[in-house]
Amino acid sequence: MGTPGLGLEITELRLGLPCMGGKSKAAEKKRAFWEIDGEEDGSSSTTTEEKTQKVESGGKGSGNQVVVGWPPVCSYRRKNSFNGREKGSKTYVKVSMDGAPILRKIDLGPFGEYSELTRALQKLFHSFDHSEKLKDAENNEYVTIYEDKDGDWMLVGDVPWEMFTESCKRLRIMKNADAKGIGLHV
Amino acid sequence: MAYSFPEEVLEYVLSFIKTDKDRNAVSLVCKSWYEIERWCRRRVFIGNCYAVNPRIMIRRFPEIRSVEIKGKPHFADFNLVPEGWGGYFHPWVVAMARAYPMLEEIRLKRMVVSDDCLEMIAKSFKNFRVLVMSSCEGFSTDGLACIAANCRNLRELDLRESEVEDLSGHWLSHFPDTCTSLESLNIACLGSEVCFSALERLVSRCPNLRKLQLNRTVPLEKLPNLLIRAPELVEFGTGAYSAELRPELLSNLVNAFAGCKKLKALSGFWDVVPAYIPAIYPVCCGLTSLNLSYANIQSPDIIKLVSQCQNLQRLWVLDYIEDSGLDVLATCCKKLEELRVFPSDPYDVEPNVSLTEQGLVSVSEGCPKLQSVLYFCRRMSNAALFTIAKNSPNLIRFRLCIIEARAPDYLTYEPLDAGFGAIVENCRELRRLSLSGFLTDRVFEYIGKHAKKLEMLSIAFAGQGDLGLHHVLSGCDSLRKLEIRDCPFGDKALLANAAKLETMRSLWMSSCPVSYGACKLLGQKLRRVNVEVIDERGTPESRPDSCHIEKLYIYRTLSGPRVDTPDFIWTMDEEGNTPQ
Repeated sequence: MGTPGLGLEITELRLGLPCMGGKSKAAEKKRAFWEIDGEEDGSSSTTTEEKTQKVESGGKGSGNQVVVGWPPVCSYRRKNSFNGREKGSKTYVKVSMDGAPILRKIDLGPFGEYSELTRALQKLFHSFDHSEKLKDAENNEYVTIYEDKDGDWMLVGDVPWEMFTESCKRLRIMKNADAKGIGLHV
Repeated sequence: MAYSFPEEVLEYVLSFIKTDKDRNAVSLVCKSWYEIERWCRRRVFIGNCYAVNPRIMIRRFPEIRSVEIKGKPHFADFNLVPEGWGGYFHPWVVAMARAYPMLEEIRLKRMVVSDDCLEMIAKSFKNFRVLVMSSCEGFSTDGLACIAANCRNLRELDLRESEVEDLSGHWLSHFPDTCTSLESLNIACLGSEVCFSALERLVSRCPNLRKLQLNRTVPLEKLPNLLIRAPELVEFGTGAYSAELRPELLSNLVNAFAGCKKLKALSGFWDVVPAYIPAIYPVCCGLTSLNLSYANIQSPDIIKLVSQCQNLQRLWVLDYIEDSGLDVLATCCKKLEELRVFPSDPYDVEPNVSLTEQGLVSVSEGCPKLQSVLYFCRRMSNAALFTIAKNSPNLIRFRLCIIEARAPDYLTYEPLDAGFGAIVENCRELRRLSLSGFLTDRVFEYIGKHAKKLEMLSIAFAGQGDLGLHHVLSGCDSLRKLEIRDCPFGDKALLANAAKLETMRSLWMSSCPVSYGACKLLGQKLRRVNVEVIDERGTPESRPDSCHIEKLYIYRTLSGPRVDTPDFIWTMDEEGNTPQ
């Protein structure tokens, strides 16, 4: 999609505590234990979690990374404008989480971007008791994958959001340990 | 004063005094006026739900009939405010259910409203008439069913851009057959199909229905039947504006629209099939407001439409209108007061349409009454801004968004300081301003010097250092709301202008180099102001004081620190103690 080195790195799953290059090792992150996140863009602001969206320009991009909330189009408008998305047709997919006995279903339709999906998945599996497992952060992070139209299992976050919603048939939140086992670099 | 005139007389006089500002002035005259006024105040507006609390409101104003409350900061619209931040309506409705049984109207913006809240409204206020929820969330169609079923005299139900958990369209059928009071119904934000025959019957039996905004699932074919049952409509929002091409549908639509003689405002227009646009031609000359901002129609169709709307005062449209369409607008719509141009493809770096700064310049030239502008474009120049400032000295709201952050003047590559400077210098009545493009501290110098009536300022990716923020805080006398993201503004300007923060409704700063230590200092310095650090990395105490915080929200309050903060917000304490 984008030329490497121009900042259009594939949005990658980030696991473990979101440290800012070692600064906040002590920081206790009580919230997400998995994220779909992009590269820090190294801008002068010192924030963490400058979540980036893939620029959907099919190679024409000038290297600009799009940041959260910019351009300032309000979320209602983003969700309801027509940009190729069929509105009114529900896009429910099954979601399984390793260790959770019961599957859930989630509607991808209302979301406009990956971070919204992440939040929704967190809510969905919130009641699943993983609290003790979190102590050993290294071994119990998760990675989110999806099954596409061709039946292949893909890493969530690689392609632009719209492309993802069109091809995603089901989601699986897989243990990091298993991910490493099949060679997924996270 | 031995000879003050009777209370009843004063009360009668006060019933003519409507605005908050005037009412507040009245209450300051003397103690007895304060008392009389507070007993007869019927409306209250709370711009920040955490600035005050229900107990304080009820204690001062015991006889309120209409409440308007706003919750989350504006930047929540752009996903900058984390989920779970707050803005819960629940404590308010619980308190009001006890204290204001005669409550008639509730208007909320950016608040979290649960189905329980809606049920409480439905069951507690027997004269309840108006519910407006703008950009709210947390409720489902079950809550709406409760409102529909129980509010006997409901006049307005307006869900404006709220996020509703849409369980089914069946809720609409809960309006009893005896409900005939509806005047305004806006369900445009709902996703699922409502029972159309229930809607039709509801519309038929409400003779005062003036405003009706449908949702996308109501097909075009159903419109004629609906419109002929609502001849009093003043504002109408269509559903999806598409159908297969059938001549009898077109003529039915034409007749139906023509039958609405009072129609002044149109909106909706999702998924437009251009062949059906002529159906609204009969009403164009009467239109004062047209919202095409979801309509995927191209410039030629927009031009044909707009050129017939000579009385248009407000136009919301996508950038498909292009410069050519804006030229036509400037020629045909001389009464235009408000223009909003939204981007059809905001995330693409390359322009997909031919809309530039020139379109806005044309409108400023052709439309002498232009007051309010929201304009997304991909390039701007100082020259264009000078021209706009010169042509439109009566601007009240100017919100410009150049899509690429930090884009300079595309002709000279200079910052856009001078251009925006011209805007604030010439537009003396400017109350709201949003900046974009490449800007140095100089633009803030101009703003601080000239923008004396500015009440709300939005800044992103601008400035060089603390001096910029200092200019704004020290110069803008009327500033109430300031929201800043990704600017190099830090501790010095904030600490030097701490007192200013006590005169404003709120300050939002995110992704700015403000240190935790400075926040603690501000917390100590400021009385009756909450300094809230928002940080999703965990407690700022675990990092050095010099570390920058993620987000900061500072607002004045009578209510003390919040009691409902989520685990990622820390309120700085007045003693400088470590927040827990």
